[in-house]
Amino acid sequence: MVSTSSLTPAPAARSADRPNRGEAVAVRTRGLTRRFGKQLAVDSVDLCVPVGSIYGFLGPNGSGKTTTIRMLLGLLAADAGEIEVLGQPVPRAAQAVLPRVGALIEGPAFHPYIGGARNLRRLDQMDATADPATSAARIDAALARVGLSAAAGKKYRNYSLGMKQRLGLAAALLQPRELLVLDEPTNGLDPQGTREVRKLVREFAIDGMTVLVSSHLLSEIEQVATHVGMMAGGRLVRQGTLAEVLADGAARIRVTTPDLDAAHVRLQQLGLAPITVDRDKLTLTARLGAIATEDVARDLVGAGVRLQGLAVDRPDLEDLFVSITGEGFDVLR
Amino acid sequence: MSSAEHDVAVDVPQAHPILARRRGALVRQYRSEMRLLLTRRRNLILLGVLAIVPIFIGVAVKVSSPSEGDGPDFLNRVTGNGLFLVFTAVTVAIPFFLPLVVGVVAGDSIAGEAGLGTLRYLLTVPIGRGRLLAVKALALASFTALSVLLIAVVALITGALLFGIRALVLLSGDTVSIGEGLLRTFGITAYVAVALFGLAAGGLFVSTLTENAIAAMAATVSIAVFSALLDAVPQLSSIHPALLTDHWLGFGELLRTSISYTDLTRWSAIHLAYAAVFLSLAWARLTTKDVTS
Repeated sequence: MVSTSSLTPAPAARSADRPNRGEAVAVRTRGLTRRFGKQLAVDSVDLCVPVGSIYGFLGPNGSGKTTTIRMLLGLLAADAGEIEVLGQPVPRAAQAVLPRVGALIEGPAFHPYIGGARNLRRLDQMDATADPATSAARIDAALARVGLSAAAGKKYRNYSLGMKQRLGLAAALLQPRELLVLDEPTNGLDPQGTREVRKLVREFAIDGMTVLVSSHLLSEIEQVATHVGMMAGGRLVRQGTLAEVLADGAARIRVTTPDLDAAHVRLQQLGLAPITVDRDKLTLTARLGAIATEDVARDLVGAGVRLQGLAVDRPDLEDLFVSITGEGFDVLR
Repeated sequence: MSSAEHDVAVDVPQAHPILARRRGALVRQYRSEMRLLLTRRRNLILLGVLAIVPIFIGVAVKVSSPSEGDGPDFLNRVTGNGLFLVFTAVTVAIPFFLPLVVGVVAGDSIAGEAGLGTLRYLLTVPIGRGRLLAVKALALASFTALSVLLIAVVALITGALLFGIRALVLLSGDTVSIGEGLLRTFGITAYVAVALFGLAAGGLFVSTLTENAIAAMAATVSIAVFSALLDAVPQLSSIHPALLTDHWLGFGELLRTSISYTDLTRWSAIHLAYAAVFLSLAWARLTTKDVTS
């Protein structure tokens, strides 16, 4: 269980509240908590998803993302805390607000013995707010948007995994939505399918929808998200714009040289710390801090260190996540 | 200020149209549910089995020599009047075939959706949980009535073709016209449908308890079996009148000269009371359930 106070850095948490000033918020939770038996699945989560953002909701499997999303959609009851979706309280106003929300929750699920279009028609007929006169046209448009028009009549059980995932997206697009909640939309997709989903997510945002997309694949999110929230062990450990969150991670310099000891001394004298040495690969790594890379290079060369390589690693989300949780990006519990 | 935050300010959505419930929504939801029930191959096979029962009995009676042997009530009167094939077929189907068909469909209703994962999508459509239960219950009631009606109609046609339909000789020996005979037959169908709905509601409740549709089906059929079992133990005669299955064969009352509507009403009230209790339990369960499937 994650318990160190360093995991909830106050600056990042506060910056995420910034949209509060004048900017609309699509999803907000306060102190959202849910237990399953003794296990605290979601622990005092204060989510803030600004309107118009692509919010990457990150964390390993089992970190509480899906439980949080299920509570946002009124499928699970919260033990404590408040939820506001599109300005209305959930679950109290769920019936009024959910028609404005499209959702893909833990993978697509449809009736296997009927076709894709019929599955969409079933969902549309169950929607009391849907206009039956436009139903067929909306279903066709949703199928076309995800590229499933040709497979509309094919039985769902004969769909490939990618087609199933796309049908799930089509279901979320049956109505004009203001918010899309996509839980692991690329699960099980090949690289091609993953790219397609990413492209769709960007298009949704261009269309004016707020997209809350969860994933355990950080690099994938990094390419589309404007905002991120990181879950670990049921807690929201970072939240903010992508730039803000990435700024939390410090750049590291990587020096490759046969003169490891001399280089080590120089780096120490420059005040770089901590320094790690890999004698097999002949590399030194250190946090760069405020010193410019070119100054480090000049210093090393001036001291007669023979440089084979010099590189700066800016941390990506995954590095950052590992540095925050202090663990590998695996299941924490 | 990052560029992302500038985007945010631009994309504030316009006021959304009012999303009111449309008229006729319940009818659309009900039709959707019925279409799903009646196009599912498994359900069609079950209905087919029910339809075979009267044909099988009719043909068996036709090809065998007339005798006064053992058999279900009404069997030895079938050759004289095809209408009796309806009563025979219903009597044969009530202890097992009908509870099986109703149990499978009822047990599947919520648990099946939960097992497939479609329940979470129905609820986020959104269809309110109470509304979903109402739609499921209405469809289930229709399917139950349809099952009984199917047996009756197939039996009537088979009986008419093989033995002819004649004026109905009641249990007490009086004779009523073909028209009244058909009316009484329809009354029997309605009575049995109401009786079985008690079980169907039980199945709906069980179905809210699990994601395993097969378990829900088995449990529902077990309700009927267990009730019949208790009904067969003479030492428990004091509780017999309150058992779910005790009055399932009470439709014989409709074949008497002077029908006791008091009894029929009382028995039907018991069946409806079971249905009401089970539906209340199902509602209490479904509306508070955590949907994790």
